[in-house]
Amino acid sequence: MILSAVLLAVLALGLAGWTFARNKARLLYAGRGSMHSMPVYHGWHFALWIVLPGLLAWGVWSVAMPTLVNGSILADPAAAALPADDMQRAAILSEARAIAADPSVFAFDPLSARLADPIRVAEGKWGTIGALLVLICALAGGAHAWTRVRAGFPARTRVERVVMAVLLVVSLMAILTTVGIIGSLVFEAGLFFKDVSPLAFLTGTHWSPANAHGGDISANFGAVPLFWGTIYIGAIIAMFVAIPLGLMSAIYLTQYATRRVRGWFKPLLEILAGVPTVVYGYFAALTVAPKVRDFAAWIGMNNPSTESALAAGLVMGVMIIPFVSSMADDSLAAVPRSMSDGSLALGATRSETIKKVLLPAALPGIVAGVMLAISRAIGETMIVVMAAGASANLSANPFASMTTVTYQIVQMLTGDQEFNNPKTLSAFALGLVLFVVTLILNIIALRVVKRFREAYE
Amino acid sequence: MTDIKLQARNVDVYYGQKKAIDNVSIDIDNGLVTAFIGPSGCGKSTFLRSLNRMNDTIADARVTGEILLDGEDIYAASMDPVALRARVGMVFQKPNPFPKSIYENIAYGPRIHGLAQGKADMDVIVEKSLTQAGLWNEVKDRLNDPGTALSGGQQQRLCIARAVAVSPEVILMDEPCSALDPIATARIEELIDDLRQTYAIVIVTHSMQQAARVSQRTAFFHLGVMVEYGETSEIFTNPREARTKDYITGRYG
Ligand SMILES: Nc1ncnc2c1ncn2[C@@H]1O[C@H](COP(=O)(O)OP(=O)(O)O)[C@@H](O)[C@H]1O
Ligand SMILES: [Mg+2]
Repeated sequence: MILSAVLLAVLALGLAGWTFARNKARLLYAGRGSMHSMPVYHGWHFALWIVLPGLLAWGVWSVAMPTLVNGSILADPAAAALPADDMQRAAILSEARAIAADPSVFAFDPLSARLADPIRVAEGKWGTIGALLVLICALAGGAHAWTRVRAGFPARTRVERVVMAVLLVVSLMAILTTVGIIGSLVFEAGLFFKDVSPLAFLTGTHWSPANAHGGDISANFGAVPLFWGTIYIGAIIAMFVAIPLGLMSAIYLTQYATRRVRGWFKPLLEILAGVPTVVYGYFAALTVAPKVRDFAAWIGMNNPSTESALAAGLVMGVMIIPFVSSMADDSLAAVPRSMSDGSLALGATRSETIKKVLLPAALPGIVAGVMLAISRAIGETMIVVMAAGASANLSANPFASMTTVTYQIVQMLTGDQEFNNPKTLSAFALGLVLFVVTLILNIIALRVVKRFREAYE
Repeated sequence: MTDIKLQARNVDVYYGQKKAIDNVSIDIDNGLVTAFIGPSGCGKSTFLRSLNRMNDTIADARVTGEILLDGEDIYAASMDPVALRARVGMVFQKPNPFPKSIYENIAYGPRIHGLAQGKADMDVIVEKSLTQAGLWNEVKDRLNDPGTALSGGQQQRLCIARAVAVSPEVILMDEPCSALDPIATARIEELIDDLRQTYAIVIVTHSMQQAARVSQRTAFFHLGVMVEYGETSEIFTNPREARTKDYITGRYG
């Protein structure tokens, strides 16, 4: 409580300091007419010296205080009655803390009611000490900076340095988050691979985690059907739709469309990219899947399932069209006009020019676009959850129900699972595989694009 | 009289509302090199591009008037621009070989127009074209290397060979040496003089020395108008128009 108040106080001090230092610098400026830094930089320099030490002290104290409070409580005679079991102990202490904060809370355990008072006292004590510490740090920093509000002091350089440091820290945070996520993925997958052999996981063809009991469970975690389903839906069926449609629309837009038509078409295609995947999902499940099933029945399959790889793949292909077409569009546009001029001047028609000069020249960029599209498609979840099904089928029949890596991840992590069971952990192993594949696809694609850009400067 | 290859009559070229060429009439003869000179932006390239209908590929460009190739109106509805461009070839300012092998660069045009029956035929065309462009000896051992791996001057000669390979009647060149060093330029100028025996050649150049060296006829353009046209020697020694004289003597450029 008092700690949040002191935080506000530090900020207020900073604001006041900013004004004071700037005014003092202005007076100096008025007296001498020339200084190293503008008054406002002196203001910032001073304010930063108040706020940053204050914040630092506050941060350290916020982390340290619970330990200190706990220490005080355990020293209290009432705490001697606490049970030895860690979980019960923590439950009572947290109840006591709640009562300390709000006495009207009902105490299930009388012990926690007795501990509430000591907690309140300890929190008060440590809170006050912390607040004083924070204020002292802020004021000490301020005192240090106050002596620096002089004409020759390079406040501007110092402030710039702090700005840079802040930006650095913020960008590091983004990177560290990514590293953390990858780390946890690797760690949990590692736990999974303690129970299941990686070889069996990557090459086994039988996926039935629900039956994984007892001794050797590796045989139930053969993920090949999931990999196959993912590739069949995301990289084969979807690309059968997305590559021709995306490429042709890019060709039309870059080579044939008038500026006005282009002005209409491009935003419309971009809308396609903006449709939430869940909308595609129910479009796939409610509209496309029944049609696909009827078609399967019509061509004589008996008992076709509503869920099918084809339905999911078709809709995913539509979803991916804008990716392919915008990458193809960029690559075609990046081929210098002099190339097509050269071809046209030889008496080639426009479509000959496209086929024989433009497409080969733009091919690397187009391939890269397709790879990015595939990496996007295999990571797509909503459509397959709604339309592809849950059965791990290793089949080339597009009308069969199939499951994918992403679908199984969702399956494994929803519902009330214990965390440390191989079934749940398999989600992390699957996630890791997906991550590695997507990463590789992206890296190759970006390399290719870069090479290609360099070829045309 | 029978030697006139191209005839332009009252040609105007517009980009949207803007008139870039104003009422140009000119006769271009067989067996000669005709040079277009003039300050940059005066419309030389624009006029050159209207001679093989490359202006058609620019969205808002429009050509009016009459241009006759062997007496036939090239803007007539019956004229196929694709067939026309096979007869009137073009070499651009910046060498623009296709990102294909040297061989494929040359074979591209003949293949499109079905000029070769089989591989042996094509080999003959490729060798002949490269020889005409004075490049054969330099590249005969590496026909499968990419065309873009050649030097700038070689690339430009490759582009000339590529144009020659479809047996055009006229070759248009838009500042073909402006991206080249003096030695490569000299080679191309020699080449132009050789090619003149076989093709009518129109060359745009910003270098008056070049026009004087390679051409027999010169047309001086200024602000979209053709100011003066005549024998190159006449234009350079004894121009009729004051504007031509000013330009030639370097009063402006
Ligand atoms: N594609 C185009 N669109 C619009 N205006 C153009 C285009 N190309 C050239 N122009 C204009 O036409 C005029 C003549 O250009 P150009 O024929 O390139 O001159 P030159 O080749 O003599 O330097 C210039 O004013 C130029 O700005
Ligand atoms: Mg020009």
